[in-house]
Amino acid sequence: MAVIETQGFKLDNSGKRIVVDPVTRIEGHLRVEVNVDDKNVIRNAVSTGTMWRGLEVILKGRDPRDAWAFVERICGVCTGVHALTSVRTVEDALKIKIPDNANIIRNLMHATLYAQDHLVHFYHLHALDWVDVVSALKADPKKTSELAQSISSWPLSSPGYFRDLQARLAKFVESGQLGPFRNGYWGHPAYKLPAEANLMAVAHYLEALDFQKEIVKIQTVFGGKNPHPNWLVGGVPCSINLDATGAVGAINMERLNLVSKIIDDTIDFIDKVYVPDLLAIASFYKDWAAIGGGLASQNLLAYGEFPDIANDDSNNSLLMPRGAIVGGNLKEVQPVDLKDTAQIQEFVTHSWYRYGDESKGLHPFDGVTEPNFALGAATKGSKTAIDSLDESAKYSWIKSPRWRGQPMEVGPLARYVIGYAMGRPEFKEPVDKVLKTLDVPLTALFSTLGRTAARGLECSWAAHRMRHFFDKLMANLKAGNFATANVELWEPRSWPAQAQGAGYCEAPRGALGHWIRIKDTKIDNYQCVVPTTWNAGPRDAKNQIGAYEAALLNTPMAKPDQPLEILRTLHSFDPCLACATHVISPAGEELTRVTVR
Amino acid sequence: MSETFYDVMRRQGITRRSYLKFCSLTAASLGLSPLMAPRIAQALETKPRTPVLWLHGLECTCCTESFIRSAHPLAKDVVLSMVSLDYDDTIMAAAGHQAEAAMQQVITDYKGNYILAVEGNPPLGEDGMYCMPGGRPFVEKLKHAARDAKAIIAWGSCASWGCVQAARPNPTTAVPIDKVITDKPIVKVPGCPPIAEVMTAVITYVALFDRIPELDRQGRPKMFYSQRVHDKCYRRPHFDAGQFVEKWDDEGAKAGWCLYKVGCKGPTTYNACSTTRWNDGVSFPIGSGHGCIGCSEDGFWDKGSFYDRLSGIKGFGIEANADQIGLAVLGVTGAAVAAHAAVSAIKRGAGGGKGESAPSERQEG
Repeated sequence: MAVIETQGFKLDNSGKRIVVDPVTRIEGHLRVEVNVDDKNVIRNAVSTGTMWRGLEVILKGRDPRDAWAFVERICGVCTGVHALTSVRTVEDALKIKIPDNANIIRNLMHATLYAQDHLVHFYHLHALDWVDVVSALKADPKKTSELAQSISSWPLSSPGYFRDLQARLAKFVESGQLGPFRNGYWGHPAYKLPAEANLMAVAHYLEALDFQKEIVKIQTVFGGKNPHPNWLVGGVPCSINLDATGAVGAINMERLNLVSKIIDDTIDFIDKVYVPDLLAIASFYKDWAAIGGGLASQNLLAYGEFPDIANDDSNNSLLMPRGAIVGGNLKEVQPVDLKDTAQIQEFVTHSWYRYGDESKGLHPFDGVTEPNFALGAATKGSKTAIDSLDESAKYSWIKSPRWRGQPMEVGPLARYVIGYAMGRPEFKEPVDKVLKTLDVPLTALFSTLGRTAARGLECSWAAHRMRHFFDKLMANLKAGNFATANVELWEPRSWPAQAQGAGYCEAPRGALGHWIRIKDTKIDNYQCVVPTTWNAGPRDAKNQIGAYEAALLNTPMAKPDQPLEILRTLHSFDPCLACATHVISPAGEELTRVTVR
Repeated sequence: MSETFYDVMRRQGITRRSYLKFCSLTAASLGLSPLMAPRIAQALETKPRTPVLWLHGLECTCCTESFIRSAHPLAKDVVLSMVSLDYDDTIMAAAGHQAEAAMQQVITDYKGNYILAVEGNPPLGEDGMYCMPGGRPFVEKLKHAARDAKAIIAWGSCASWGCVQAARPNPTTAVPIDKVITDKPIVKVPGCPPIAEVMTAVITYVALFDRIPELDRQGRPKMFYSQRVHDKCYRRPHFDAGQFVEKWDDEGAKAGWCLYKVGCKGPTTYNACSTTRWNDGVSFPIGSGHGCIGCSEDGFWDKGSFYDRLSGIKGFGIEANADQIGLAVLGVTGAAVAAHAAVSAIKRGAGGGKGESAPSERQEG
């Protein structure tokens, strides 16, 4: 291949090819192939979604009120986000207004997910990219204690605490059964933390694993279980009963107190453990503020989230604003409309699907998803044993969405930069503070480190918003407003013969949209365009690259056979592949089967 | 040297005395003679942790997410102390070749002595390439890992039944794992996802007792899946009394009445939700006002709307009566006693168990 130039990047696949498959510590199945030059710098990147499940056609002909449960199962990590988007989509199509309490409870449940999901991502999916577990064995527990106490008032910080943990870790390592730490990249030269910081981080890895399960209990209170709580078109399923007979069977004072306590504990953990750890670890990896930027300095998209006014998705209501930044122009945040067929389109030129005309994209209202698993001539291996892919042909189960023809990055960084560009102080002030603390310029945001830092800030933001939503709920209850569901249009016989609508969401990983067409009370068409589709999608008809591929370019690798640097940048996006690859042919035809032996 | 289960328990502050007591209780709970307790103790003292390979097919990772919510034991204690979770793409440090090598090392070094846990399922369409980790069909990876496993656990409704991707028209031809692993017993732990503490209980049971739990005819552990959600539901008295939620957020909903008429599938769903409950016992779907959607049942996606009453289920012919009783109760409070009697009589009449959608053994009539 000749060198391809696109969006200010150069793609050169002439160097040594490295394949990482499976990419681990993500949701779902992702493969990445890169070419490195003779100095081990990445010069070409190929992102491939390696699974495909199919949910949209499964929805066809079903009751729109059931759709949330199906699409919720697109993803169990960002559990609930598709369900929330779905009930919004159906309500938009049928013009159902939800009560204020339902809006508040949904916001509270969604902020709960942000807090838990970001926390788990940082410690359990991302931290091992930066933290050398084995190095923690060399730490001085007393110095570890001093380090911990210098950055936070979190009480679990005594020398004895860290000494005990280190002893247990030593015994674990000596057992020779390393479990999930087996074959890790321990001792890799790209690990820069002192042993004490590693020990502290290992302690918090374990504490966060214990604590995250507490946060989600808020979803359990209102939704009955987690993962996959229950939702309802027209409101929320839980009723509120503070005074009367049967209050023990509904949301009552005891339940509200449980929620309130969890909110306090969540704010405490995130502000005293997660955020200080993030800043401490980042201070040793400032070189990563200049690596992995990709599209972040160019194109960013957010649909907005947390409507503070029920049934109002304007930026007056959305606590996290909606908008698009194109070409790195922070002076102009462009308006975004999910129903404008000229704005959001999906391409399949390099995806394993077939369009009549693959030079054009399709808006989700008119989406077509017909599978076409075909490999390019330069593929190495066979159809069922692929050694390396041919990116000049089709190479992913993910489509390529574009906004007004542009590839966009979505996620916490996009949300923060858009909020920052709009001058909203709750985004601008913490960003400026972090930049000052780390002594890096604004452009440092557009990097692997910037993405990871934005997620941490957002986690804290979400935890504090949980308190805001809870206080609003209590104010309503004090004023005697207990309504949680609007059933006026619950019965399908009250619906029009045909309707269509769109629902928005900012999932923890970025902009999420659903589109529905309802005909004779059943789903006629259902489409989802999800965050990881935006970020992980392959090239489009013009060979424009998506966010993952762009972000990996020009990254130097210390040891190409140990892909730590690739993992750092990919994990900074928090990949969620089940979300990205849920689509399916409208015909749903059965293809070749493998023989069951 | 390898750490044994006994070491782990001692390390966690369990005294020798408590440990032996644990072994006695274990023997008793298994229905074994007290003479077996020393043998259990000895087995646990000398055993290295059992390696676990946790594979992911077509799935949404909700099973893993549920697992890490376990309150007792804590997920960290299971994966770091009770078993050795040597392969799980969702949490393992290694990626790519190093990850695949970890799996192969376990298969080689612990041949016939590791547990295979499967989340999700294999699609058979497109030569298996709808799920192609490592550039190969997942179904091949699954069969390879199954060949030398000593026990296999099917996590969740995907691995057990097929779940959402296998709902009509099942476009990828996703199949439960027992369609491709046919020569080994499989412990099915269905649910979307299963309850966290049920998952950790099953895996610790297999690791500690070195055997699979007693299963029903569908392969589910009897200890958690032999009773219907309805059988132990705290709202059951309202069902018996004919007190039903008629519309969302009505007076019945506020009073915590039965959700049968807004579609609850508790009467046909075998799971431990109403007893073990969710997230350290905080609640369960019915407890938070939504009916059970039957997520641990085979084919639950294709049994009509989640808001349809169970009228279509054969052998569950109380629908008309439930309506009448509900109306009567709304009209005259004093009718409740008579209504209870009426429902009870109907229940006895329908109690033969024939035509139940789930063929498990019934624990009560």
